[in-house]
Amino acid sequence: MEWLLFVPLAALALGTAAFVILLRNPIYCALALVGTFFALSGLYLLLQAEFVAVVQVIIYAGAIMVLFLFVIMLLDVGHEPPPWLRRDRPRLLLGLGLVALLVLELAVAIGSWIAPGIRGPYTSDYVNAVGNTQLIGRLLFTEFLIPFEITSIILLIAIVGAMVLARRQ
Amino acid sequence: MDLVLPRIDWAPLAAMLPVAFGGLAALVGDLFLPAGRKRFIPALGLASLALSILVSIGLWGTVRFSVNDAVVLDRFALFSYLVFALVSILSILLSMDYLDASAPDQGEYYSLVLFSTLGMMLMAAGGDLIVIFLGLEMLSLALYTLCGFRKAELRSNEAALKYLLLGAFASSFFLYGIALIYGATGTTVLRRIVAFLADGRPPSTLLLVGTGLLLVGFGFKVASVPFHMWTPDVYEGAPTSVTAFMIAGTKAAAFAALVRVFLMALPTLQVQWSAPIWVLAVLTMTLGNLVALVQNNIKRMLAYSSIAHAGYLLVALVAGGSPGATSILFYLVAYALMNLGAFAVIIALQARGQELLSVADYAGLGFRRPVLSACMALFMFSLAGLPPTAGFMGKLFIFSAAVEGHYHELAVIGVLNSVVSVYFYLRPVVVMYMNEPAIERPLVPSSAAAIWAVALSALGTLQFGLFPGRLLDLARQSVAALGG
Repeated sequence: MEWLLFVPLAALALGTAAFVILLRNPIYCALALVGTFFALSGLYLLLQAEFVAVVQVIIYAGAIMVLFLFVIMLLDVGHEPPPWLRRDRPRLLLGLGLVALLVLELAVAIGSWIAPGIRGPYTSDYVNAVGNTQLIGRLLFTEFLIPFEITSIILLIAIVGAMVLARRQ
Repeated sequence: MDLVLPRIDWAPLAAMLPVAFGGLAALVGDLFLPAGRKRFIPALGLASLALSILVSIGLWGTVRFSVNDAVVLDRFALFSYLVFALVSILSILLSMDYLDASAPDQGEYYSLVLFSTLGMMLMAAGGDLIVIFLGLEMLSLALYTLCGFRKAELRSNEAALKYLLLGAFASSFFLYGIALIYGATGTTVLRRIVAFLADGRPPSTLLLVGTGLLLVGFGFKVASVPFHMWTPDVYEGAPTSVTAFMIAGTKAAAFAALVRVFLMALPTLQVQWSAPIWVLAVLTMTLGNLVALVQNNIKRMLAYSSIAHAGYLLVALVAGGSPGATSILFYLVAYALMNLGAFAVIIALQARGQELLSVADYAGLGFRRPVLSACMALFMFSLAGLPPTAGFMGKLFIFSAAVEGHYHELAVIGVLNSVVSVYFYLRPVVVMYMNEPAIERPLVPSSAAAIWAVALSALGTLQFGLFPGRLLDLARQSVAALGG
């Protein structure tokens, strides 16, 4: 049953992601990326990660992409011809070849996946009993306490970096 | 449901805290210091690094794990902290007069240097792939900004943008690798991965692909061929003090993490990962050295040389086991000293903001600046791997580890490469002593702090070249957990 939802959502995610790099107009690219985010959010729902799914839409599709669109419109970014119209076909082919190799490698990996993953402690029954959001909160403050705190320093660095680079001299 | 907060063991974090607080203090201090007193900020950075070194020495020998193995305290982590602190101290000394004294961004510069040092420490001490990734991001984010620090210079902007785009690309490979490893083993904690693999069942393809993707991510960071494309442009465009920091620091951190992941957590897969790394090592050594032959810009030459050195270090990784890991640690110290020393000379020789970047600029300096030129010659000898320098000892240990691990062909290729490299390392030296300068440049007094950095590096290069025993012993203790 899951396949009925998984396949169209995955195809949508891949297709819109391809449009992000193939379309000419940066605004269309940004809108295609919004589509990718929605498709991903659907995949998260399928995995019963409701919180992550909602956050994906609110933060990425909502806040970040709106900001992207503002920047694109304010800067009036020019229309670049897509890569296949530029005269570097050898590189494009090389890139596509490498992508095909990677896809093949992954296909082999998943095909020969004899031990189908490891059953972790977070089964859907357990997640539903505790509550999706509650469980994430608990994990962040217990098992992943230190990575969580490290992230705050990383965000600080990002802010400082943006300030340094954006400030007038 | 009530939440029981985990008890935090502070010992594994103790050496990081001074660096983290130093970074914060540099930011805040900048606000309150009057324009003439900005020299206080680098001094503060040096003090926090010195404190971190003292803590590391005090903790030597302790083994502890923090919450859920996120950060590990062992001799390997502490040894790496000392290397990073050395790199960071020398880089701060280099920067003190290189940055315009009246530049408004002093606080941010030094705080980013300290935060990237913190990122390196997390990479070396991460007991969880997620923490190693976060350390990598912390290091990289700070470096992206530092590369673009000279906003008015186009090359600096280009360096920052290139590094950001390719760095983000590399990070996504790394994350993908972590995700696949999590899928295959059910954990990202290194100790649990070891336990999972201990029962001797054949590794699933999923795990192997994950490991391969992780290797690609690391390959970008250590600038190994074919993931080296960004290196020359970024190292050339970034401000010289930042290039020095990156060339020594990023490599040290990435190799510390490589040893922790590949030699400590995944030794059971060595049969599988040693073959691709063998290929990477040969390509990296050879291409780095051959392309360095034709470089005229000294920063670009050192960038290709750093690629070649990544190749030598990969040889040690293939050799594996305790000898391989020991020689990696020893080489990282030697590598940091000789590279930072060479960059310190470049900065000390600059005249009125005019850097001597082309090899021809060094003509005739041998007699006009005898001491600095002699030091430059020493660092170049060391980079080429000639005795009696630390670089020679480092290469000796790497190649003997390769022979011990029955990789004779790698040792031979490595030695041949070193012979090739002698040509381009000695070219600046020859130019300094044999050529007449085309134009007379006025002699300008050098920055005192940069001279200190030159002196420290020269001392270290000679010390570990003549008496390598003690450092080698420390390195051997640091990887004792590996056995063998």
